[in-house]
Amino acid sequence: MKIFSIAKDKWADGLDRLTESYRLFGPVKEEEFYNFKELAKDEAPDLNYLNTRLSPKAIIYPQSETMFEYSLDESREDHHIMKEVDNSYSPQAVIGVRPCDAKAFLLVRLNFDTPEYKDPYWIRAYESTTLVGLACDSPCSSCFCTTAGCGPYHEEGMDILLVDADNHFLAKVLTEKGEKLIKAAGWDRAADEAEAGKKIETGKQAAEAKISAFVNTDRLQEIDTVELYKAPFWEDVSFSCINCGTCTFVCPTCWCFDIQDENSGTSGLRMRNWDSCMFPLFTVHGTGHNPRGTKLHRVRQRFMHKLKYYVDKYDVGIQCVGCGRCVRSCPVNIDIRRVCDLMNRHGTEKDSCAA
Amino acid sequence: MTSYIQKIQEVSERLLKECKVDMVIGFRKGTIPLMNEPYFARTPEDVQNLVWDSNCGINLANYLTDRKENIGIIAKGCDSRNIVTHIIENKIKREQLVIIGVPCKGMIDKRKITAMFEDEITEVTEDENNVTVKGNGFEKVINKNDVLQQNCALCIHRNPVEYDELIAETVEEPRDIDRYADIREIEALSPAEKDKYFEDLFSTCIRCYACRNACPLCYCPTCFTDEAKPQWVGKSQDQTDVETFHFLRAFHCAGRCTDCGACERACPVGINMRLLTRKLEKDCFDLFEWEAGMSLDVRPPLDTYKPGDPDDFIK
Repeated sequence: MKIFSIAKDKWADGLDRLTESYRLFGPVKEEEFYNFKELAKDEAPDLNYLNTRLSPKAIIYPQSETMFEYSLDESREDHHIMKEVDNSYSPQAVIGVRPCDAKAFLLVRLNFDTPEYKDPYWIRAYESTTLVGLACDSPCSSCFCTTAGCGPYHEEGMDILLVDADNHFLAKVLTEKGEKLIKAAGWDRAADEAEAGKKIETGKQAAEAKISAFVNTDRLQEIDTVELYKAPFWEDVSFSCINCGTCTFVCPTCWCFDIQDENSGTSGLRMRNWDSCMFPLFTVHGTGHNPRGTKLHRVRQRFMHKLKYYVDKYDVGIQCVGCGRCVRSCPVNIDIRRVCDLMNRHGTEKDSCAA
Repeated sequence: MTSYIQKIQEVSERLLKECKVDMVIGFRKGTIPLMNEPYFARTPEDVQNLVWDSNCGINLANYLTDRKENIGIIAKGCDSRNIVTHIIENKIKREQLVIIGVPCKGMIDKRKITAMFEDEITEVTEDENNVTVKGNGFEKVINKNDVLQQNCALCIHRNPVEYDELIAETVEEPRDIDRYADIREIEALSPAEKDKYFEDLFSTCIRCYACRNACPLCYCPTCFTDEAKPQWVGKSQDQTDVETFHFLRAFHCAGRCTDCGACERACPVGINMRLLTRKLEKDCFDLFEWEAGMSLDVRPPLDTYKPGDPDDFIK
């Protein structure tokens, strides 16, 4: 695919042109934290960020999303009939998404877009989205992407990879969606492919060398599921957990939701909201019985899902891209890197409480 | 406060060796700067993992709820007051506990320090008065008092109120602190301004419930937000539901909250929900001269009736 050179003084003009055919999202600093937001006209994405507090998953998969509306007013002919709401799926582009977050959409896709089941909301939003990624030249010390199937210059999931090259960006077009966006922006200056390719490769090596945290995942698939489930370290791992939903809500790959009907007078909405396996309510049965009745059950479920069940079911590695958000945001410092290593080495030595 | 570590380990080891307790609840060193992890030491060998510094802001009383073992627990001022509240509310028995008191000099505000630097912080060390922050290409020494959590800067009960062992000599309690300047500002707003103020305050809430779950007072078997039959609160990002959760939770903490700051500290998006609990704390003091968790022998104002209780609110 082609590589373009975008002079930084042409950057804003291009974004401006894009707003004619796309809704634009990008990282914006709000008080202390960066987050992805829909950009107002003439608002530029702030690409100086290390990482956003929340992942951009909500752009495609909002925390609360209305699916149907209905009326309970029996004088109306259409009462009690679910009607699909007219959600907008007009073209949108996310500018400055990190490689880890872009790859995360592909992991999530395995759940929402399968041969058997298609989630129309997620798929329509995903298909209408162009991901313009930004290579990550300053990974955080808690990032472990290179051992989580990703990397600071990883291209999977992106439509365009931007690389910061001082007074210009190199834009490597990776898909047709990306090509379309480049055209719409009017960034038409092709870069010298060989030279640009070399530059990108150099940047990639330098960025990868900065990654200082790693996980070992090589044994996860071969370890017996029941053995891992019964491992003695879960009590130690789960002790400090307060069972909030922070890790799951900041995670770009957590996909669970709950469907709720909300009535106001005689009109109602059927919506879905993010849910979290950390919450007791997530699994409580109609009888009141809860098969995951303790926090140990719930903590184990989260890590077993990401690092064992997913690995076994899809055979594409762990359900984690190493963005490090859960490590940085957990109020009590439960660290998936530590848990992953405990799981991966289970059975190879006498299990300790690994401090 | 790092000088406390040796003493904490000694006491914990002795308690475990003498079988006075089955476990000691404290902190182990965190895996990232400015964080430690709540931890339980079960054997004398485990105690070497126990640490203490200014990153121990999580309230450990939260880990006592309904436990059956005999427990040693490290307690700074606020933790000890929440332990007292736990005992009063029958969530743990006094005789199950060996309270290892830690005179506290305040916990540092992770968010405040992080916000001071554009680049990532990779190492933070501290001595008695200063915090040294290091990152890629920078190093800065900050006066610890300038970066305390707000609740710690306003704290007037730094020493444990109830304890069996004391790790160090008590520290001087700050006096003449105006604890409620910001609350008075909100009180002075008109209803419409308050409405807007709280809408803005909670606009970034993601309903992860970290505030509730980090709180030692929030131990209900099923929180009202989680009730499904009937469901009291909607689950979406609807502003009314978000605020209903925060307001109701705060009311449930009236006369019980010690302003330990665990809620605000735990919040992943930096909401200061303490503005609600501190208003109630202020009211409890104004109306009943009550401060939560100061004594095992006095019932809290909201579960007792006295003929002299203020009744001006009855119109």
